[in-house]
Amino acid sequence: MTMATSVPKESFRLSMLLYDTRFRSYTIQIVVLILFLAALGWLVNNTVQNLAAKDRTFDFGFLFNRAGYDINPHLINYTNDDTHGRALLVGLLNTLSVAIFGCIFATILGVAAGVLRLSSNWIVARLMTVYVEITRNVPVLLWIIVTYVALAETTSPPSAFKITPDMVKEGIAPEASMHLWSSVAITNREISIPAPLVRHSLGSIDFGLFSLSLDFLAFVALLVASIAVSRWLGRRATRIQEETGRRPLTWPLRAAVLILPVVALLTAQGFHLERPSMWKTDTNGDYILVDGTGQELVDANGLALPDAEGQRITSGFNFRGGIPLTHAFTALLVGLVFYTGAYIAEIVRAGILAVSRGQSEAAYALGLAPQRTMNLVVLPQALRVIVPPLISQYLNLTKNTSLAAAVSFMDLKGTLGGITMNQTGKELECMLLMMGIYLVLSLIISAVMNVYNKAVMLKER
Amino acid sequence: MKKSVFLGTVAATTLVAGVAAAATLDDVKARDQLICGVNVGLTGFGAPDASGNYQGFDVAICKAVAAAVLGDPAKVKYVPTTGETRFTALASGEVDLLVRNSTWTYSRDTDLKFDFVGVNYYDGQGFMVKKALGVSSAKELEGATICIQTGTTTELNLADFFKANNMSYTPVTIQDDAEGQRQYIAGACDAYTTDASGLAAVRATLPDAAEHVILPEIISKEPLGPVVRHGDNNWGDIVRWTFYALVAAEEYGITSANVNDIGATTQNPEVKRLLGAEGEYGAMMGLDQEWAKRAIAASGNYGEIFAANIGESTPIALARGLNALWTQGGLMYAPPFR
Repeated sequence: MTMATSVPKESFRLSMLLYDTRFRSYTIQIVVLILFLAALGWLVNNTVQNLAAKDRTFDFGFLFNRAGYDINPHLINYTNDDTHGRALLVGLLNTLSVAIFGCIFATILGVAAGVLRLSSNWIVARLMTVYVEITRNVPVLLWIIVTYVALAETTSPPSAFKITPDMVKEGIAPEASMHLWSSVAITNREISIPAPLVRHSLGSIDFGLFSLSLDFLAFVALLVASIAVSRWLGRRATRIQEETGRRPLTWPLRAAVLILPVVALLTAQGFHLERPSMWKTDTNGDYILVDGTGQELVDANGLALPDAEGQRITSGFNFRGGIPLTHAFTALLVGLVFYTGAYIAEIVRAGILAVSRGQSEAAYALGLAPQRTMNLVVLPQALRVIVPPLISQYLNLTKNTSLAAAVSFMDLKGTLGGITMNQTGKELECMLLMMGIYLVLSLIISAVMNVYNKAVMLKER
Repeated sequence: MKKSVFLGTVAATTLVAGVAAAATLDDVKARDQLICGVNVGLTGFGAPDASGNYQGFDVAICKAVAAAVLGDPAKVKYVPTTGETRFTALASGEVDLLVRNSTWTYSRDTDLKFDFVGVNYYDGQGFMVKKALGVSSAKELEGATICIQTGTTTELNLADFFKANNMSYTPVTIQDDAEGQRQYIAGACDAYTTDASGLAAVRATLPDAAEHVILPEIISKEPLGPVVRHGDNNWGDIVRWTFYALVAAEEYGITSANVNDIGATTQNPEVKRLLGAEGEYGAMMGLDQEWAKRAIAASGNYGEIFAANIGESTPIALARGLNALWTQGGLMYAPPFR
């Protein structure tokens, strides 16, 4: 009892804020908070005063005004009559397309290179070392520019693909020709690849901001359903195996379930590939032919004669149809993928080396082949080490897409932070909005990857 | 803890932003240097010469203003700006004056809070193509790929022109004239579009100038002129009247050669007022009497500047056209010095 009362009741003195460890941490935190708020307040106040001094306002109303400029490429419908807000969206989708494809390809490349760097094959391992060291020790901006210049300087202009009536008359072949059975055209501006199209479209749903193709939706839904049925067949086979000790032959059925419905859907819809071309056509879309003298075989209305025989000629400045991938897009994607891939390769290598050798030796002792040892024993354990640094590589890649400015690719920085900012003069608003969008993007990637990290994390039981 | 702790006096520090809109004239005088925003490189208008000194039609205005304000046309620091950075540079106070073939438009004048003090070149947007393309009119450019400088009025005019003619095109956005030229020569675009004067300047620097044609269509009005920040009216007046002094000098036959003598010999009271031989005109904008004399002496009158940088005897070979004096059928017209 005396113990409880013997503790002297100490009165509070101001100096205790500094010298008493019980209060000191509070003091420091409060001082830091005050300094931080003061700095923030000063920045905001400074901005407000300067905006007022320049007679400028701070509002985002410009996002609803007509943009008036064109963007190439645009993944959603966009004309110069649309708003700055929609231009922002077009830029954002371009950023996202590079980021998503970039993350996927960089992962594939990085995992392959990382595993191969540990290969017992001397030449393969050294080649991968050379790739990693060369790539990650040169700024990514240079890789992007080098790729762009290489693409633009080593390819032919679209005019080299031209066939004029005079060329037909004199029997001259064009300087350049298309690749892969005339389905891919590589010019000094873009790579045009065939576009998948259907003749009997199901239409699309318009969501105002964007429209979703029902054909694509049906295709994905059918594919998901097929995979689900196929997996159910697999589980059923396992159950039968466990009950009877005999596994029924399922692969022909599973293959049929996976392939047939999709093929049936595509056939019913009249799936075909639209090749890029420069052929001259009449208003009905029929090819205009020329005879040996260079004379166009057309009727009085300029329509192609139905039974004429001759050679096709070209018209226009660029390839039409297909999907044009601009060199700016390709260069940005390739540069980022190779650069980030090198870092991922190192992360993967580190992850694999972090798995104790005893694990693979034990697997070999059990008689697992090297391939299955890697897939079943090493990689699942390595993933625990790999995933957290992988997240920051994905974030880096996403943020690095803003280097698009170097090759004039119209990403978020090109539309919102470039033309929109310039034409409206709303520097502060555009920059803040852009920073906010990149922040949200990065946080979303972090959140998704953290969920995945939880799934592969070591589960302590 | 019974005693509630109050953190004494946390001085609510009143942090006042120290950036007040000081008078640009005082800043320039205190610095003894004019900071002029110019083009990164557009031959004839504003580009570094072989020894790295900025020369050109726009640059001459910077020199004239420096001569009028500081007494020495060499006291200029040139800040190269792109179409994208120029207005930010001016608005933020990084440059005192922007002379970089910038088009005077309503929204730039009002919404962006700038003042266009005059028009030193009346221009219009045109297209340049390679002769081999076989195009003779801009209306034949359906489906073409077109190089365009970003952050410019040309970007918007181009969209309007193709929309009005119901044609499609693929834009390739570039940052400055040099890059545009490179892309155009490399064949990354079929046509290059900018102000007709800019096209003439670019064409003049091409090794095979004869292989390139400027199409006849002029699709817009592009009044190009010096720009200052809105709100500092005295500074705007100085730039405006320095420019008009150059125009008036051409009208009254004052050249860089005779500017020092003509003030004493002339009987024309307007010339006397302009050159400071009569009245107290310089003091009205905070300058001395001989401001205009020095401005004209810097690189000559408007006509001399035009002829030396972009006129018909230069490789750019632009005719005076709309930019001739009003007495010769053009639009160049200086209000009276009175």
